[in-house]
Amino acid sequence: MRKIIIPILLVAVTFSLTEISCSKKIQGRTDEAPMLAPSNVDINAGTWKPVLLTGPTEFPVPAPAAVNTPGYIAELNEIKGYQKSLSNEQEKKIKYWGAGSVLRWNELMRELVAKYNLPPYQNPDGTYPFPSAANPFAYPLFPFANPPYSARAYAYIAAAQYDALVAAWHYKKLYNRAAPSKTDGNVKALLPQTELPSYPSEDAVLAGVTAEMMKLLFPGEIAFIQQKAEEAMLSKIMAGAATRSDIEAGEALGRFVAQKFTARARTDRAGAAAGTPTDWLALETSATSRGEIPWFSLEIPKRPPMLPLFGRVRPFLFDEATVVAIRPGPPPSTSSQKMKEETEEILNFIKNPTSETIRITHFWADGVGTYTPPGHWNAIAAEDFIKAKFSEVRWARNMALLNMALMDAAIVCWDTKFFYFNPRPTQLNSNIKTLTGIPNFPAYTSGHSTFSGAAAAILGYIIPSRAKAYDDMAKEASLSRMYGGIHYRSDCEVGLVSGKQVGGYAVLRAQTDGAD
Amino acid sequence: MQIIKTSVTRIVCLLIITMAACIPSKAQTEIDGIMMAKNNYCSGIMYNYSSWDQYWEGTLKRNNLNLGTVSTSMIAYMGNYGISDKLNVLFGLPYIKTKASAGTLHGMQGLQDLSLWVKWMPYEKEFGKSTLSFYAIGGVSVPVSDYTPDLLPLSIGLRSKTLSLRAMADYQIGSWFATASATYVVRDKVTLDRESYYTTQLHNTNEVSMPDASTVNIRAGYRTGRLIAEAVWNKWTTLGGFDITRNNMPFVSNRMNASMLGINMKYNLKKIEGLSLIANGNITLSGRNMGQASTLGGGAFYVIDFSSKKKKEKTSSTDKK
Repeated sequence: MRKIIIPILLVAVTFSLTEISCSKKIQGRTDEAPMLAPSNVDINAGTWKPVLLTGPTEFPVPAPAAVNTPGYIAELNEIKGYQKSLSNEQEKKIKYWGAGSVLRWNELMRELVAKYNLPPYQNPDGTYPFPSAANPFAYPLFPFANPPYSARAYAYIAAAQYDALVAAWHYKKLYNRAAPSKTDGNVKALLPQTELPSYPSEDAVLAGVTAEMMKLLFPGEIAFIQQKAEEAMLSKIMAGAATRSDIEAGEALGRFVAQKFTARARTDRAGAAAGTPTDWLALETSATSRGEIPWFSLEIPKRPPMLPLFGRVRPFLFDEATVVAIRPGPPPSTSSQKMKEETEEILNFIKNPTSETIRITHFWADGVGTYTPPGHWNAIAAEDFIKAKFSEVRWARNMALLNMALMDAAIVCWDTKFFYFNPRPTQLNSNIKTLTGIPNFPAYTSGHSTFSGAAAAILGYIIPSRAKAYDDMAKEASLSRMYGGIHYRSDCEVGLVSGKQVGGYAVLRAQTDGAD
Repeated sequence: MQIIKTSVTRIVCLLIITMAACIPSKAQTEIDGIMMAKNNYCSGIMYNYSSWDQYWEGTLKRNNLNLGTVSTSMIAYMGNYGISDKLNVLFGLPYIKTKASAGTLHGMQGLQDLSLWVKWMPYEKEFGKSTLSFYAIGGVSVPVSDYTPDLLPLSIGLRSKTLSLRAMADYQIGSWFATASATYVVRDKVTLDRESYYTTQLHNTNEVSMPDASTVNIRAGYRTGRLIAEAVWNKWTTLGGFDITRNNMPFVSNRMNASMLGINMKYNLKKIEGLSLIANGNITLSGRNMGQASTLGGGAFYVIDFSSKKKKEKTSSTDKK
């Protein structure tokens, strides 16, 4: 018997060994994204309405040298020099950035958020340290890229990228300098060619604007992002898509535009959003004075609430007064029968979680160490934008609309959360154990629901054929917080409606920005 | 070398160790120098309780007030069948339940992974009063329920399909023995419920590439057909993976390492032929990205003889019983 069994076993073992080893390779969904080949280059995007710039010419871009000047011919020779012997590594970079700079910068932003989305560990005395922008490398690292922080970071980057590209498109049309591969037949076009003029380079604009924004948003990553920026810009020279002067003009323009956004960010009140112990106490006494049970932190030791004054940050799509005006009405009183029933409902969800409720909870959890719910909606959008074959400027415009909606949703939601200061289900019934971590801020309204409502509204406008799908996703994201034991039904339902309302402001802007 | 029916019970000690620490159970099936006799089937139930309140976040040892003590209870059904005196097939199927004593996280429970092992003794030689034997052991493990590996440390396992290859040597002199083995564990990628995760970089996929692992296992003690008492040292090393970052949650592809020391006892009852009782316990000496678990367990196993001849407790020519 052994004579038969042993060879069979050996074959089986060898086979499964090969099978398993081969399946170690994993691929990201956008690793092999197609090269950006826009169906429309949006040549008139220089007329689109910017977010902060007074107009596309606020930062001047000098006229480029003529293509028959010795300086320009030397630039063409630089490209030919690279193209003579491209390494595999260089070709990979061309391909990576060839899928689209807005896409890649968006992914890199999500990566930084995931890396920095870690709550600081407590001090020995039970208090918590706060990250310091002045010393980003000391523990706790700056920033703690929690959902409101990252919603704002995504929005500033996206809006600045958009404004910078509007300006770039203005000058592209004005100066109308053709891409190097069109000027010189010996320069190979390694990426899909379009009729879009190459001066200033849109990829360099994006590299410059993003690298400059890092000084404010992720100061510990300036070096990392600068390296990516250099790589992006060089890859376009190597690909025959831009010359050195296209790149330099673009990078400079990007950096100027970014400074306008960082100046706004320094005065948008986000710096004070952490509040002080006096502020935290005031929130508690305000809830108590209304006869409500105030929220408290369920972490041990109790952690100060996450950015309680974020609701006062200046929004992009409307003014501060609107934040207060569209604040949802109060949640059921903590002493009401309704609240008792809602707590009971969550207890029932959590008593016997199924693999499906766990799956939904984890699919949308986007908690500690992830790119947060706004990042998740960026990922959803990016994958659909790839299919839509947008130009870079339209990519940027749509990402700006999405992320301004997400940031403003964070502001409205945080204003609501800290106005009502409503406890989490687990605080009202400690038998409610959760399938994912409980975020350290009040329950009403649900952040996930507000973010998702806002994202679904603007994305449904941008890609109408997917409107129903976005809506379904938003509902599932909202529901996931009940399945996970994190939120009551009121938090989720009202949050979804509130988010849609915020998203409506982004749709209004989209209808009037000149792009549609 | 000794052929003893209840050897399968030995699976358990390491099985438990690994689980307590959230390493999949598969690796440690037959890891001793004992074979079931031909046509004998030994099976039984094993219970283990394991807990920790200190863990290694990377190499930093810490506690977590939001977890308190993390405990794992396991009940497993296990079996070992002797195809021949030199070739055994073994399996194990655990049900696991986890709990955190503090914080708000929900414990998890469910059937974990089915392990199947083939154990082959190609060489056995007597030198006077002592015996030397060599073994080749291969095993696979497959998750049998859709539990999530993405709620560590409360997940009941890592949900990776695995393939293990082990070489082992056993030396017995009189009633004393020593066994040493080394195992290479190939681990298949794992699928999460979410579409993105961060290790040392962002991955936009629900699939996680798992680093392979190795174990070294050394055990020594007293062994007769009636009683086994041994000390066991085991070292699990993940060949790759990354450290938990400061105050982050553990992740399925972390570099999980642990060295553990334990004792096992097995006693074959005189009154009921074929029934044996086992007990074990162990502690974690050092680790990385794992809990410092202590484990206690016990179980009962019974042998059924399917052969025509009466040889439930067949001993080889070199039996030192």
